[in-house]
Amino acid sequence: MPAYWLEAFVLITGLVLLLLEAFIPSRHKTLIAIGAIGAIVFALVLLFFAKAPDVANWEMARFYAWDASAKFFKGFTLLAGILTIVLGLDYRKTLSKFTANPESEDGTGEYYCLILFATAGMMWMASAKDLVSLFVSLELSTITFYILVAYMRRNVGSLEAGVKFLILGALSTGFLVYGISWLYGASGSTELSAIGASITEANSTYLLFGLALILVSLAFKIGAVPLHLWIPDVYQGSPTPTTSFLSIASKASGFAISLRVLEPFLNNPVTHDKTVTILSILAGATILVGNLAAIPQTNFKRLLAYSSIANAGFILLALASWNKGSDLTSAQIVGFYLAIYLIMTFAAFFILSTIHRNTGSEEISAFEGLGTRNPFLALMTTVIMAAMAGVPLTAGFYGKFFSFEAGVQASLWVPISIGFIGVAAGFYYYFQIIRAMYWRKSFDESPIKVCPLSRYVLITLTSLLIILGFFPQPILWLLQAA
Amino acid sequence: MSIIFVLIPILAALAILYGCKARLTALIASGLTLFLGFGSIFFWKADVWSVTFQVLSKPSIHLAMGFYDGMSLIMVLLSVLVLFTAVFAGKAPEGRQKLYYSSILLIGAGGLGAFLSTDLFFFYAFHELALIPTFLMIGMLGTGDRKEAAWKITIYLALGSIILLAGLIWLVSASGSDTWLFKDLLASNIDPNTQTGIAALLIIGFGVLISLFPFHSWAAPAYAAAPAPVAMLHAGVLKKFGLFGLIRLYPMVSSGMQDWLGWLIVLLLCNILWIGFVTINQKRLDMMLGNSSVMHMGYIFLAFAALVQAGGTAANPIAIPAAVVLMFAHGISIALLFLLTDVVRQKTGTVELAELGGLAKSAPRLAFLFGLAGMASIGLPGLANFSGEVLVFLSGFENYKGEGFGCVQVATILALWGVVISAVYMLRAYRQTFQGPAIPVTESAKDLSASSKTPAIILAAALLVVGLYPNSLLSLLKKPSCCSECDQCTEQADQ
Repeated sequence: MPAYWLEAFVLITGLVLLLLEAFIPSRHKTLIAIGAIGAIVFALVLLFFAKAPDVANWEMARFYAWDASAKFFKGFTLLAGILTIVLGLDYRKTLSKFTANPESEDGTGEYYCLILFATAGMMWMASAKDLVSLFVSLELSTITFYILVAYMRRNVGSLEAGVKFLILGALSTGFLVYGISWLYGASGSTELSAIGASITEANSTYLLFGLALILVSLAFKIGAVPLHLWIPDVYQGSPTPTTSFLSIASKASGFAISLRVLEPFLNNPVTHDKTVTILSILAGATILVGNLAAIPQTNFKRLLAYSSIANAGFILLALASWNKGSDLTSAQIVGFYLAIYLIMTFAAFFILSTIHRNTGSEEISAFEGLGTRNPFLALMTTVIMAAMAGVPLTAGFYGKFFSFEAGVQASLWVPISIGFIGVAAGFYYYFQIIRAMYWRKSFDESPIKVCPLSRYVLITLTSLLIILGFFPQPILWLLQAA
Repeated sequence: MSIIFVLIPILAALAILYGCKARLTALIASGLTLFLGFGSIFFWKADVWSVTFQVLSKPSIHLAMGFYDGMSLIMVLLSVLVLFTAVFAGKAPEGRQKLYYSSILLIGAGGLGAFLSTDLFFFYAFHELALIPTFLMIGMLGTGDRKEAAWKITIYLALGSIILLAGLIWLVSASGSDTWLFKDLLASNIDPNTQTGIAALLIIGFGVLISLFPFHSWAAPAYAAAPAPVAMLHAGVLKKFGLFGLIRLYPMVSSGMQDWLGWLIVLLLCNILWIGFVTINQKRLDMMLGNSSVMHMGYIFLAFAALVQAGGTAANPIAIPAAVVLMFAHGISIALLFLLTDVVRQKTGTVELAELGGLAKSAPRLAFLFGLAGMASIGLPGLANFSGEVLVFLSGFENYKGEGFGCVQVATILALWGVVISAVYMLRAYRQTFQGPAIPVTESAKDLSASSKTPAIILAAALLVVGLYPNSLLSLLKKPSCCSECDQCTEQADQ
C-alpha cells in the first residue's frame, strides 16, 4: 500500500463521519469520537505496513517524501490526534455548553471530524518536500485550526482567540507565500532539494531573504519569538483539547517542515553560517522570552502556553547546532524532544481538564490543597511538573539534555548561557504548581474526582515519563526504525 | 547488585505512598541499606557488586553502579549512616507521614545513587532526584522562613546543576570517549585549552552545589528552615556530592584546574574566613550550624587545592584521603548537630541563642552529645574531624621543600585560623545554650527521648571510631578501583 493512502484514508473517514454526524441522534455523538479514534488507530497500524510510493509511475512523487522523518511525524500526529479526541470526550460537556443546548451533545460531533482533517493536513506536512505541497498542507491544517480554536461560539474568550489566531495566521500565510515566491524567483524551482542544489554565492542573498520570510511564517507555527504573541491568548481562549492539539501536533508539524526547509540551507556551506546565526538568535530570544514571561503567570493554561514557547526555544537550539553533534542528528534530537514533549504536555492538559471540571477554574490557585484532596493526582502532577522542568530520571530531562549536548558540541555558548537562565526560571514556574498543591491549603476540601478515561491516560503517560526517564532507548528505536 | 542500595529506598518510598506503614517501612528500608553498607566493607569485590546496563545507545549511556573505589564505599557508608539516623530521628507531623518518610527515603536514594554510579550521566541524574523532595519538605514542613528558603535552594541548585551539566557534556564530548562510563572517560586525554573552559564550568557548577563562596547563600537559610532529617541528609550527604565529583573528575581536567588554582584558593579562604566570621555573628543555633557547614567546605576545598597544585595523586598522595576523611567526618558531625538542634527546638520551643541557657541541668545527655559533636566540629583530637583536618593541613605542606611559601601553603596557614573561629562560635553557642543558670524554657525541658538518643549515639560512635582509629577509613581507600587495576589484582590472586 503506497504511503499517501494514509492521509487519504484519514481525510475520507473524516468526511464520512461528518456526513454520518447529521443522522446521529444528539445523545450519541460520542459515536463519532469512537469512530474517529478507531480510524486513527487503524491508520497508525497501517503506518507500519505502508510502502514508499512508486516514484517512476506517480506524477505527484516530487511533492511527497517518504523517509524516517516523515514516518515519525505521521505517527506523532496520529498519536496526538487520538489523545486529543480522548481529551475531547471528557471535555464534551463544556463544549456543548458553549455551542448548543448544554443538555444535548448537538454541537460536539463536528469537533471530532475537524480533528481528523487537521490530522490529515499535518500528516501531509510531514511529507512535504516541495514548497507547493508544503503550502497546501499547511493551509489545510491551519484553516481547520481556525475553526477548532473558535469552536465554542458562545464563549467570548474562544471567539477572541479565534479572531487573533485568524489575523496573525493570515499574516503569516502572507509571509510564507512571499517567501516562496522569492525562493522560486531566485532558484527557478519549488522543489526544496533543487533549491538547495542551486545555491551559489550570487543568489544566496535572495534565497536567504526568501528563507527569512518563510521563517517568519514557521516561527508563527512553532511559536517562536517574535511571532509568539498569539500563543498565550489563543491557548487560553481555545477549548482545552484544541489547545493541546495546537501546542503539540501543530508545533511538531511546524518543526517537521522547518527541518525540510532549513536542511538545504544548513547543508550548503555558502548559507550555513548565516542560517545558524538566524536560528541561534531565534533560539536565544525564544528561550528567554518564553521562560521569563512564564514566571508571573497565575493561570495554568497561560503557563503552559509560555512553557510551549520555551520548549520551542530549546528545540531551536538543537536545530541551530545543525549536525555538529557526534551522537544524534539534529533531526533526531528534534524528534526525540517532541516525543517527550508530547507525553508530558498531554499529561499536563489532562490534569488541567480534570482540575477545570472539578473546580471550574484554570488558575494555579485551583491546585491548592490537591495534596490532600486527591493525593494520587497530586503525585502524578508532581512527576509531570518535574518532567517539564527537566528533572533528571524523568523523560523530560532528555529533551533539554540533548539540546544542550548539541549546543555544547556546536559551541553555541550565547544561546546556551541563555538556556541556563531558562532552565532555572523553569524550575521556578513549574514548581509553582507543586507549591500550590502541597504548601497551601484550600478552603474547599472536597475530593477531586478523575474521569476513568482521563485516569487511565494519565497513569499511562506518567509511568511512561518515569520509565523513559530511566530507559529512553525506545524513543530512539522509533526514530531509527521509522 | 549494588543497585539495590538505590532500589530499596525508592521501592520503600513507593510502598509508603501506596499505603504501607510509613515509619516502619522507612526504618526497615534504611536499616537494610545500613546493614548492606557495612556488609559491603567485608564482602567488597568490585566485579561482583557492579552492574552495567545500557539505557541509550547514542550517546552511549549506561545505568552502571558499583563501588568504583574506596572513596565511593566511604561515601556510601556516610549516606547509609545518615539516612538511617535521619529516618530514626524523624518526627512526622500528623497526617503527613507518607510524604515525610517517602521524601526522606528519596533524598537518601538520590545521594546513594550518585555515589554508586559509575556512569557520569547517572552520577549527575541521581543527585537531582533529591531536589523535589527537598523542595517539598522545606516548603511544607519547615520552620521560619521556609518558603523563601525552599525557593532559594531549589533555584540555586537547579542553576548550578544545569551549568554543571554543560560542563559534563563538554567534558565527555572533548574526551572523545564513546561512553559516559567513568572508566572510559578517565582513560582519555583532553586538550589543555579546552580543559580550562571545562574546569571553569565544573568549578562553578559543583561550587554552587557545595556552597562555595560566593554561591553559598542558599545553604544556611535552607538548612535552618528544613526539617531535621532533610537538613541532616542535605548538609551531611548531598553537599558532599560536589566535592566527590570534583575529586573523581580531577584526573581528566588536571591542567585545566591548575589554571584556576588562584581563584580556587581565594574562594576557599573566603569560605573559611569570611563565612567563619559570618558564623560567629549568628544569633540562632540553626543558622549558626548552617553557616558552619558552609565554612567547613573550605577545608575540603583546601585539600582539593593541594591536590591541584601538586598535579596529581602521585605528587600529593594524602590530599584525597584528607578530603575523603573530612567529608565523612563533617557529614556525620553536622548530621548529629542538626539532629540535636532539632531536639533543642522541640524541648524548648526556640533556637534563638539569647533565649536559651542552662539546658545542661535538665538535659545532661543532650548537652553531652551536643558538646561532643561540637568539639568534633571544631576539630578536637580523638574525634573524626580532627583526623580529617590534620590530614588536610598536612596535605597543604606535602610538597614543601623548605623554600618560600607557595600559595597553597599560605592558604593552609590562613585556614588554620579557621579552627580558632570554629572554636569561638561553637563554644559560645554551647555556653549560651547549655551553660549558665537555667531559665524557664529550659528548666522544664526533658532529656533525650529514645527515638533521638539511638541515632545520636550511633553517629557519636562513628565520630569516635574514626577519630580514634582513622585507619578504619583510610584502609578502605587503599582498595583497588574497579577498573583495570582490579583485573590485575584478581589475576595475581589466581596465580
